[in-house]
Parts: sequence; structure tokens; C-alpha cells
Amino acid sequence: MSGPLHLWLIPLLPFAGFLINGILGRRLPKWLVTTVALLAPLAAFGVALYTAACVYIFTHIQCAPSCPFCAPCSIFQPVVESLGTWINIAVLHVDFSFVLDQLSLVMLLVVTGVGFLIHVYSVGYMSDDEGYARYFSYLNLFLFFMTILVLAGNALVMFIGWEGVGLASYLLIGFWFQKKSADDAGKKAFIVNRIGDFGFLIAMFLLVANFGTLTFTEIATKLGQDPGWNGGVVTVIALCLMMGAAGKSAQLPLYIWLPDAMEGPTPVSALIHAATMVTAGVYMVARTHVLFDHSPFALGVVATVGAATAIFAATIALVQNDIKRVLAYSTISQLGYMFLGCGVAAYSAAIFHLMTHAFFKALLFLAAGSVIHGLGGEQDLRKMGGLWKKLPVTFAVTTVGVLAIAGIPPFAGFFSKDAILYAAFLQGTNGKILYSVGLLTALLTAFYMFRLWYMTFLGEPRSPQSHPHESPWSMRGPLVILAALSICGGWIWLYGFSEFLTPVLGARVAETGSWRLLIPYTQYSLSLETVLSIIAVLVALEGWLIADKFYRRKPTRPASLAAALPSGYKLLANKYFVDEFYGATVVKPLLGFSKVFLEWVVDVGILGGAAWLLGGIATFAGAILQRWQSGNLRSYAAWLAAGAAAVLLFLLVPWITVLAYLAAIHLGVAGH
Amino acid sequence: MNILFAQEVPLSWYLLLSAVLFSLGVVGFLIKRNLITIFMSIELMLNGVNLSFVTFAHQWHAVKGQIFVFFVMMVAAAEAAVGLAIIIAVFRARATLAVDRIDRMKL
Amino acid sequence: MHLILFLVFAGFCLAGAINLLLQSHPINSALSLIVVMVSMAVLYLLLGAEFLAAAQVIVYAGAIMVLFTFVIMLLNASREERTLGSRAALRVGFPAVVAILAIIATVILHTQGLGVARLSDGITSTEELSAVLFTKLLLPFEVTSVLILIAILGAVAMAGHEEQGSGIRDRGSEGTGKQ
Repeated sequence: MSGPLHLWLIPLLPFAGFLINGILGRRLPKWLVTTVALLAPLAAFGVALYTAACVYIFTHIQCAPSCPFCAPCSIFQPVVESLGTWINIAVLHVDFSFVLDQLSLVMLLVVTGVGFLIHVYSVGYMSDDEGYARYFSYLNLFLFFMTILVLAGNALVMFIGWEGVGLASYLLIGFWFQKKSADDAGKKAFIVNRIGDFGFLIAMFLLVANFGTLTFTEIATKLGQDPGWNGGVVTVIALCLMMGAAGKSAQLPLYIWLPDAMEGPTPVSALIHAATMVTAGVYMVARTHVLFDHSPFALGVVATVGAATAIFAATIALVQNDIKRVLAYSTISQLGYMFLGCGVAAYSAAIFHLMTHAFFKALLFLAAGSVIHGLGGEQDLRKMGGLWKKLPVTFAVTTVGVLAIAGIPPFAGFFSKDAILYAAFLQGTNGKILYSVGLLTALLTAFYMFRLWYMTFLGEPRSPQSHPHESPWSMRGPLVILAALSICGGWIWLYGFSEFLTPVLGARVAETGSWRLLIPYTQYSLSLETVLSIIAVLVALEGWLIADKFYRRKPTRPASLAAALPSGYKLLANKYFVDEFYGATVVKPLLGFSKVFLEWVVDVGILGGAAWLLGGIATFAGAILQRWQSGNLRSYAAWLAAGAAAVLLFLLVPWITVLAYLAAIHLGVAGH
Repeated sequence: MNILFAQEVPLSWYLLLSAVLFSLGVVGFLIKRNLITIFMSIELMLNGVNLSFVTFAHQWHAVKGQIFVFFVMMVAAAEAAVGLAIIIAVFRARATLAVDRIDRMKL
Repeated sequence: MHLILFLVFAGFCLAGAINLLLQSHPINSALSLIVVMVSMAVLYLLLGAEFLAAAQVIVYAGAIMVLFTFVIMLLNASREERTLGSRAALRVGFPAVVAILAIIATVILHTQGLGVARLSDGITSTEELSAVLFTKLLLPFEVTSVLILIAILGAVAMAGHEEQGSGIRDRGSEGTGKQ
């Protein structure tokens, strides 16, 4: 390395932004707050880019001195930067270490880049809000923790970031804390996250117990050395990690917090609940993939959970009427895809889908925010329509986003979804089942996304608002940039993205398909991958056609279908009553138990009773002892005499002999 | 009859007498209702103790025992003087010598 | 002879003590106490303490009891009233006294090595007493004289002249028996 990389700057700059805006923000002028808030992620992004350039150029010069970009180079060594020892007890040695390797580099660029764009968007979106400075300080705090999570070299530092992003999420969901629904949503998110974190903690404990270390590279080394490490403890650890990931990334059964998290401002939904925080679970699974590789059972569980979540959420999204809810369930569904990718050991494909999803989902959320802003706060799809003339830029970018998420080439979503589905198909019989589920979900995804597109922008205007206006350029700029990324972002797959990640994530046959393109373009053949890709595209187009039929050509069709299947519609519209189910089985018993046991028995009974008892004893004893102080000389004298008798008794009677005498009688030795 | 003319008395009898005098003094302290009589019981107690001191002085042929009795007498004299002065003062304040009536210091 | 003398004067002691308890007028109790004092002096003589016998008569019976008698006369003490008094004194006090007596008596009776007293045992002369008192125990002796001086001062201060109008301040409480 040419010099120290100063990775610690990447978290530090957002943290400085958090401190400045958090402590002084209310007193600073608005332009200063904005500058500080925007400089932080921009600077972090800059450092990340600089780091990437340094490392990339340095390694490629060594590979091909004449042309650094000519050939892929695999001697990119991970950069480990240790900021000091944290724990050093017996076997366990944990540092504050940051690691920059290919995986963290990709994530870092996505997080800081998309984060910066969303910061810029927020300037326009939140410009009228009273908590402007507080909002940006929270956003910077989130970036701080997220970068720590991404850069972490061991599980414990990752856990700091993990918990921290949960905290930031809570703060931001409940940003408009005067609304009770926002408060509740924030609490729900945090608590459900914590349930998942329990799994993460157990996994960490097991890691320490079995491997003696929490550093990812050391765990990989230890697993590689001993071929007997298959199944058993490794499965348990992997499943516990999956539990943590399910909580953070909103998979079954811990997804319930994400739709409620839409109570927060829309840029927050874009950043945290689409692009970055919810992907932390996927990132974590990719980081610890060696454990999953050694446990086929855990991989199967991951894949199944992912696929089930994908289709589950997609079905719910079919009938939602709130624009943000549709996008939220869509996020859950796409996260399911990512976990499906991880579950078939196609980690690079999953990370790639993470990246493209960050682009188009953030785009969709921000566009939705633009629509909401333009309509003055309206979020109900049934009250939108005909906006394509009034909000042209928003319409254009939303179209790009919808095409991307539906998986239509050459937009970004096509490449990533295709890679995951291909990898799933290759995985044997189970894989084919997962493939079909994924394909069905793709159909549903296309359908509901185009439904959203039709209902929002096309058709007759149904909104009571008469003058919807386009957003300011501070909001439109990031939209355009994200749209561009959604178009071009997928092409990097053809330029060896999976090879780039292979040293970290392991080589998988599925990712080296024939679509791969090296400059110059050579050839492609009608391979299995090509066939599957064509099927996927056809399915997506079919979804578009159905949506077209339902929402443009025959607008009464949805209503009549819903009337024909009333119970089915009700089930989907009420999200399968999962929240109610959890409420009845978990929340109510817990509250009841708290009330009966903790409040009445422990708090009032035991603690209150103990306090009452102590007071009672003191009062009672005092009342008794008070009567002793009568002022009567003779009673005093009597007690004096009694005391003297007692003293004499203790002094003059040889207790040893008395006790020995009694003991002797007891044992029948002395015959008295 | 011859027994009565014995020349020896076991010292334990003296000690027993001393103990009985002491206990009678304590009983008097408990029973009596007149301040002065209570004070006299105290003197009785002191006398009982003096007797036991002299007995032991005789036992060990130690002069110090008798000297101690001497000191006890001196202190008893001083105590009697001051105590009676206090009784007079109390009588001036309360106009009664009945111990049960002088209980103004109770809680 | 020793035995008869001991029995007679011990009997006087006990009789005087019991009479002190039984009499209701304090002057009768005082006179009984004088009987006890004088009998004690004889017992001291039987034990060979001639100086102490003299001191007993002079100091105790001659000075202290006279003081008591004077105070009884000055305060015009009268017969005791039969008020209820203290229940604790009866219920707690008596058992305590019995216990004390029993313990001490038991110890005395079980002690080995107590000798006997005879008329022919040597008398401790005053010369022997003073030889120790004025040499080895001179300091306590002088302290005792200071103590007596302090007692005189205290007595004068307490029972000295009355201030104007500070006579009988209040009548005390009419309290019935309290524990």
C-alpha cells in the first residue's frame, strides 16, 4: 500500500456531522446546517472513492503495468486497519478493526453514494420542517453506524453498527413524534429488530465458544483448516445469524415492522428501509458465508425463507392502496430475492441485486415522495391519476424504476434477478421449486409495480388537489441520477462483477454464465442461462400486460375480481392478519402477564408490601418501645435489676458445663 | 449446746449474709414509694457489699480489702450528702416525695 | 462464742433490714437502718477489722444516718401512700432479685477454699491499715478528700438558698401506675 488509507475517516465524518447538527443545529442558520449535513456523506463518499482508486490502481498496476484497467486482477488484498484493542481476555481478542475488501468496498460505495443523493433530496423535501437540523443529524448518525457495520472486521464491531442503525431507524421512523402512529411504528421496529438481534448475539457467543475468535478472516481460516466442521454447531450458528438477518432485513416472521416504518419521512424510507439498513442482513450473511457454506441445511433454510417471504410480500402488495405500502412490501419481496440468492450460495448475485435494488428502490421511493410532495401529502393510490402531464420528470424516472424492478432488459433489475433465478434453478430439485416461486414472484412484482404506475400517473385525475406541482431541482436532481444508475447499473455484471467479488465470496458456477462479456465482445450462445433469461423477461411482460388490462383497458375489472373473491381479497388487504395474530398470541399475553404478575404481584405485592412491612415494623416497634419510657423510677429500677441478673447469669454460670451437662443428658450418658 | 460455743464460723456464712442484705436492699428499692426510703435501701446495698469485702480481706489476710471498704464508706458519705441535697431540690419543685408522682420526664 | 455472736448480730442485721422494708414511715426505716449499721460494726469486729468497725459507727451510723434523719425532719416526710405504683417493679423486679440472690448463693456455696473465721484470728491493727493507706494508696486517699470537698460544694449548691418565688412550682402529675 502506498500509505495509510484512513478508513476511520469514513465513519468519522458523518459522526462529526451528527454532532454539529445535533448539538448546535437549532442555533445555526439553515444554509450552514445543510452544508454540514451534505458535506459529511459527500466527504465519506469521496474517501471511499479515493480508497477504491488507490487500491484498485495499485493492484492493477502490479497486474498489468501498462494498462491498469485491461485485465481483472485478483491480488486485491484486503486492507485491515486496526484502531486499537478492545477486548483481550484469554482466548478472545477483539480489535476495533476496519476491513476494506471487495465486498465492503462495493457496499461502502453504495451506502455513501446513495446516502449522499438522498441527503440532497432531503434538503428539498424537508425544507419546511421544523426539525430540519435534527433530521439531518439523525441521518448522519445513521450513516456513521452503517459505515461502521460495513467496514467491520469482526462480528462485535459489526454488532455496534447493527444496533446503531436500529437506533437511527427508531429515531427516524418516529421523527414526527407528535403522531402516535409514528411513535408506535418506531417502537415496533426497534423491538422486532431486537428479537432478531438476540439471534445475532447467540451466534456470537457460539462463535466465541467454538472458534475462540470473532474476526471474520480468522473464522474462515479455522473453518478451512478442519474439514470436519460440517453441520452441527455450524448449522446452529448459521441459523442464529439468519435470525438476526431476518429481523434486520424484514424476512418472515420478523418483517412486520417495515410496512409500519413508512410513518417516517419518505427519504428515510428510501435510505434506510430500501437501500441500506435492510440490506445489512444480506451483507452479514455474505460476510459470514463460510459458515453457511459448511451447512447445507442452513443454506436451505435461508433460501426457503427468502423465497417464501418474496412471494408472501408480493401477494400482499397486490391490493395495497397506499403508495408507500406497496413499495414497502415490494422491498420485503426483493429482500427475499436477495436471501434466495444467498441461500443457493450465489452470494455475488445477491450482493449485485442488493446494489441494483438500492438504485431503483431508492429511486421509486424518492419519486413517490415527489408525488406526495406535489399532491400536498396525498398517499392513497385511489386518489391519484393523470399526473404524467403535471409531473413529467417524476413520471419519467418512475417509469425507469418500474421497468428496472420488473426485470426488463437492459435495465438494472433484469441482470440481478436473472442471475439469482439462474443460480436457484441449478440447485437441484429444491432449486427448481425455488426457481418457480421466484418466477411467480417476478410476475406478481411486475403486475403490482405497473399497477402502481398506472394508478399514479395515467388515467383520469382522481385527486382533489387541483394544482399538483413538480418538485424543486434539489429533489429532481437525485432522481435523475438514480434513474441513470438504474439504467446502467446492471451492465457492470457483464464486466466481471462476480469475478471481482469472488476472492471474498467464493466462486460459484452460476455466476460465470455465458452472458458475461469481456471487452471486446466475443460471443454468446443459446445456453440454459439464456433460455431462463428469456422466460423471465416474458413473465415480466405478461405481468405488465395483465396490469394494463386491469388498470387501463378495463378499470372495473379489479373491483369485480375483488367482489368475486371477497374472502381472498380481505385476506390480502389485511396483510394475512399477521399483525393481529402477533397481537393476540404474543403482545396480549405479554401485556396481560405484565399487568397481573409484574404490576400486581411484584410491584404492588412484593415491593410495595416490603416497603409497607418495613415501615410497619418500624412503627410497631417504636410504639412498643415507647411505652417502656414511662418516667416511672420503679419500673426503671426493676429493669435495671433484671439486667443485672442477666449479666450475673452470663458471667458466673459456667456455660460450658451447663451445655455439656445438657448434651450428656441428651445422649443418655449421665443417668439422671 | 456445745455446738453453739464453737469458735469457728465458716466464711461462706458471712458471704451469704452479705448477699441477702444486698437483695433486701434491691427489694426495698423496688417496693418503696418514698424517695428517702429508696435512698436508704441503696445504703443497705452498700453495706452488704462492704461486708463481703471485709470477709475476703479476712480470707486472704489482705489489708487492701479493708482499705477498699474505707473508700466505699467515704464515697457513700459524699453520695449521701449530694443525694439528699437533690432530694431537697426535688421536693422544692414537686412538693412531694412519692416516687410515682415524680414522672414528668416520661416521653 | 464466735458462732453465738455471729448469729445474734446477723439476726439483728436481717431483722433491721426486713423492718426497713416493712415500715411505712421513713423515720422508722431510718432507725432500722441504724440498727443494721451498728450490727454490721460488730460483725466487722468479729472479722478482725477494728478500724472499720469504728469508722462504720462514726461515719455511717453517726453522720450519714443523722443526715438522713435531719432531712426527714426538714421535709416533714410522712407515711407512704398505698398508690398502685409500677406493675413492672412487681413482675420483672422480683424475679430478677430472686435470680440475683440465687446465682450469688449458688456460687458462694459451690466455691472451694473458703476458710473459717475464728476469734483468735489476728486483728488488723490501725497501724497496718495506715501503713498501706498513707504510702502506697496515698493518691486515692487525697482524691477522696477532694471528692468530699466537691460533694460539699454540690450539696450547698443544690440545697442552698431559695430564689425569690422559686418555691413550689408545680404539683407533679397525678399519674397512675405506668409500666
